[in-house]
Amino acid sequence: MAVEQRFEADTGVRPSSSRPPSADAVIEVRDLRMRYGSVDVLKGVDFAARRGEVLALLGPNGAGKTTTIEILEGFRMRSAGAVSVLGVDPAHGDERWRAGLGVVLQSWRDHGKWRVGELLDHFGRYYRPYSTGAVERPRDTAELMDVVGLAEHAGKRVQTLSGGQRRRLDVAIGIVGRPELLFLDEPTAGFDPEARRDFHDLVHRLSDLEDTTILLTTHDLDEAEKLADRILILAQGRIVADGSADQLARRVSRDTEVRWTRGGERFVHSAADGTGFVRELFAQYGDEIADLEVRRATLEDVYMAMVHRHETGAAGGEPGFGEENR
Amino acid sequence: MNTTLFAVRLGLARGWTEFRHTLTSKADLGSYLLNSMVFLAVLLFMSGNDMENTALAGTGVSQATLSMPGTLAVLLVFGGVLSTAQLLATDREDGTLLRAKATPKGTHGYLVGKVVSVSLMSLMSMLVLLVPSVLLIDGLEFTPAGGLTLLWVVGLGLLATLPLGAIAGSLFPNPRAVVGVLVLVLMALIIVSGIFFPISMLPGWVSWVAQAFPVYWLGLGLRSSMLPDAALVEEVGGSWRHLETAGALGAWAALGLLVAPFVLRRMARRESGTSLEERRRKALQRVG
Repeated sequence: MAVEQRFEADTGVRPSSSRPPSADAVIEVRDLRMRYGSVDVLKGVDFAARRGEVLALLGPNGAGKTTTIEILEGFRMRSAGAVSVLGVDPAHGDERWRAGLGVVLQSWRDHGKWRVGELLDHFGRYYRPYSTGAVERPRDTAELMDVVGLAEHAGKRVQTLSGGQRRRLDVAIGIVGRPELLFLDEPTAGFDPEARRDFHDLVHRLSDLEDTTILLTTHDLDEAEKLADRILILAQGRIVADGSADQLARRVSRDTEVRWTRGGERFVHSAADGTGFVRELFAQYGDEIADLEVRRATLEDVYMAMVHRHETGAAGGEPGFGEENR
Repeated sequence: MNTTLFAVRLGLARGWTEFRHTLTSKADLGSYLLNSMVFLAVLLFMSGNDMENTALAGTGVSQATLSMPGTLAVLLVFGGVLSTAQLLATDREDGTLLRAKATPKGTHGYLVGKVVSVSLMSLMSMLVLLVPSVLLIDGLEFTPAGGLTLLWVVGLGLLATLPLGAIAGSLFPNPRAVVGVLVLVLMALIIVSGIFFPISMLPGWVSWVAQAFPVYWLGLGLRSSMLPDAALVEEVGGSWRHLETAGALGAWAALGLLVAPFVLRRMARRESGTSLEERRRKALQRVG
C-alpha cells in the first residue's frame, strides 16, 4: 500500500471511486453495468465530471463508449448502477432536463431539404420555453452560424453541404439551446485540418466562456490531448484510466526519453529525472550538445499500453492500474 | 407557457415548411405531376367505355366518370398510408426522429409536423388530378352539397389513413420494406374496392371483404360527392350510404388513433445512435 500512496502523492492521480462527491458534479456514474443478453458490455463504470470540464472518452471499438453515452443521454436503459446527469437520473429525465443537454451524433443525415438557417431557427425555437434569466435560450441563429462557420451557407439546402459542413451544422444544432452538458460523438471525423482547429477553438470557447461541460468520444488521441481536461480510457467494459494526459503518461512510464547529438553522433537516453539529466548533460558538454529533444510518453503510448494490457487480460502488477486500484 | 401547446405550434410551422419544400423540389413536383398525368391518361382512356353492358348504359356516366372520384380516393390512401409510412421509416433511418428525441418536446413537434405535411401533400396530389379532370371528363356533377360531402369524406379519410400509415411505418424495418409490402396490399384492396369498376361486378364475398376496409368507403364517399344520382344503380343497396361511410371511416380512425400512439412510442423509445449507425451501415452495404 505504501507504494501506491507514494505514487498517488507523486502524480496526483487518484482512483475515481475514491474521489469525493463534489457539489458541482454534472455527471456522476457509479458501478454502471450494461448487459445485452448474456454479454456484459459495461462491467462497473465509475466516473464523474465537474461543471465546465471537458472529458474525452477513449477506447477501442466495442469497448462500450457509445453505450455509456447513450445511457447518459437517456436514450438507453441501464442494467444496474447509479447515474446522475445534471442532478437527474437520465432514465427519468423530463423535457426541462432534456433542454439542458446537447447531443451531437456522427450518423445524422436528416433534414436534407431544409435550409441551414431555417433548420437552426426551427430547432432553436423548441428551447424558448426553457429560457431563464441566467441562460438565454435559444442562441441567435445568425451568431451561431458565424461561430460554427456556416454563415455563408445559411441559404443552402442541408443535402448540398460537404461532409465537414454537415458535421458543423450538427454541432450548431447541438448547442443551439445553450446546453449545460454537451455530448459529442467523434465530432471531427471527416474534418480538414482547418475545420478541426476551428472546432477545437469552439470547444475551448464553450467550456471556458460558457462553463459548458463536454463529454466527447474520439479516436484521435492528439485531439483528446488538446481538448480534454481529463481523459477516460474505456476497455473491456471498465474505465482503465482516468486523469489528464500528463498524469496518464506518467502512469505508463515515469521515464523521460532524451535525444541529442554530439559531434555528429546521435544519443538516446531514458531517464527517470529528465530535467536533472539534461542539466548534467549541459554541465558536462555545454555547447557540444545539439538537436536536444525531451519527450515524455505520449497519450498514444499510454493508450496502447493500457488497452493492450486489458485486452490481453494481463491487468495487474504495477500499482495504479485498473481494478487493483479500487 | 404550456410547452406541449408550444410544441404543437412549432409542429404546425414545421409541417408547413416540409410541405413548402415539396413545392420547391424538382423531384417532388415531378412526382405530383407524374402521378396526376398517369391517372389522367388512364381515365381518358376509360372515357371511351360508356358502360354498355351494365345498368349504367345510357346514363351518360362513362367508366372515366365513375373512376375519377375513386382515383382521388386512391391518391388519398397512397398519401395517407403509403407516404406516411415511407416518410416515417425514412426519418427513422436518416436520424430525423432521433434528432426530435434529443430536442425538448421535439417528438410532439415532429408528429404534428408530419400530420400537417402529409395531409397537405395528399390534398395537393388530389388537387393536381381534380383540376384537369373537371375540364376533361364529362358527367361529373358539382353541387354545394357535394362540396360539403367532399370535405368531410376527405377529412375523415385522412384521419382514418394517417394513423394506419404511422403504424406501418413504425413496424417495418426500413423504407424499402414499407413500400414493397404496402404497395401490394393497397393494390389488392384497390382492385376489390370498386374503384375502377362497380363493386357489384365482384362475387359477393369479395365485396364484403372490401367493405371492411377504408378504401371502399373513401371511393364511395367521393363518388357520392361528384356523381349524379343516376350512378347509384351500381352501388350496394342503391344508396350513397353516408351514415355507413362516416361510421366505417370513423371506426378506422378511432382504431388507428388508439393503436398508433403505442406503436409510435415503442418505436421512438428504441431509437438511439447505435440503431441509427447500424441502419446506416446496412444502407451503405446495400448501395455498395
